[in-house]
Amino acid sequence: MTTLRVKVWRGAENGRFQEFEVPRLESQTVLDVVTHIQRSLDPTLSYRFACRVGMCGSCAMTVNGRARWTCRTHVANVAADNSLEIAPLANLPVVKDLVADMTLFFDKWAKARGKFHPTKTRRDGFARVAPDSAERLLVDAAIECIGCSVCYSSCDVVAWNPDYLGPAALNRAWTLHNDVRDGARRERLAAVAGDAGCHACHTHMSCSERCPKQLAPTASIAGLKRATAAAALKGEL
Amino acid sequence: MRNDWRARNHPAYWAFLVHRVSGALLTAFLPLHFWVLGQALQGEAGLESFLRWTDQPLVKAGETVLVLLLSAHLAGGVRLLMLEFLAWREWQKGLAAAAGALTLAAALAFVLNVL
Repeated sequence: MTTLRVKVWRGAENGRFQEFEVPRLESQTVLDVVTHIQRSLDPTLSYRFACRVGMCGSCAMTVNGRARWTCRTHVANVAADNSLEIAPLANLPVVKDLVADMTLFFDKWAKARGKFHPTKTRRDGFARVAPDSAERLLVDAAIECIGCSVCYSSCDVVAWNPDYLGPAALNRAWTLHNDVRDGARRERLAAVAGDAGCHACHTHMSCSERCPKQLAPTASIAGLKRATAAAALKGEL
Repeated sequence: MRNDWRARNHPAYWAFLVHRVSGALLTAFLPLHFWVLGQALQGEAGLESFLRWTDQPLVKAGETVLVLLLSAHLAGGVRLLMLEFLAWREWQKGLAAAAGALTLAAALAFVLNVL
């Protein structure tokens, strides 16, 4: 049976890679490899996962140097020479082994006003949003984010400017900016218009390149740049 | 943890690097450009003799690199403006490739004109 040579990050920030040999199986995912190591070789290995089907966004790791969702990443597509290097997500503090601390990532969603602000109450009727309206189409293009942090981990601007809100939070702000039911558009634009907001993006497009849901946060950020510029010209910012 | 080149190895990042490096090199060249223009203030002869010096093949090769840098920075800038101000297009890699093609075409046109 073919074996995989797998280097796995152990410890916290100042850890090191530990090598394991894992049986190569058909249709094996990177998450399967990590699970095999934890269940059969070293039960002290820490990692995070939940749904295993690409919905929850909790199993993202750095695989052979690139951030990926490990549950939907087939070994056959990333380990051409039967070797894998698995590390925690970059640009986030390491808790232990393959577990990154996501606190800052989600705090930035809040800083970008990533919360819906309703303009009606439960006593009002249903809001009608035409599926083919321009705003709804913009929301549709960006709404499927699963919060895995692959984009945030791939972004160089996050590494250069620790305050930068990052692609996922800005993408979320863009979906709410285009939500016709939302009542905090001006406050949200103000929240994303600062030094650490949308204008800090250098358009490397690593977020769009690596997003496992094939979203384009760069497009959302470009939209926010236009929206904030237009608001500033109108004197609304 | 920090990313290495493996995370950055994709066309848009290369386009960013070309834009940034060409911009930095052009900025470094700018003082020389102004110095040469300033020679005109000292009289026609000084500028003319310098311009004749630039007819040497090695200087022409340098000028070709300069044209390459200028066209790369211009095409990269137009690509960025299209990306940020016009409607999003799925063929962003095509845009980067078009910017690259425009760059090489401009440099080639310069070389063919010199030869």
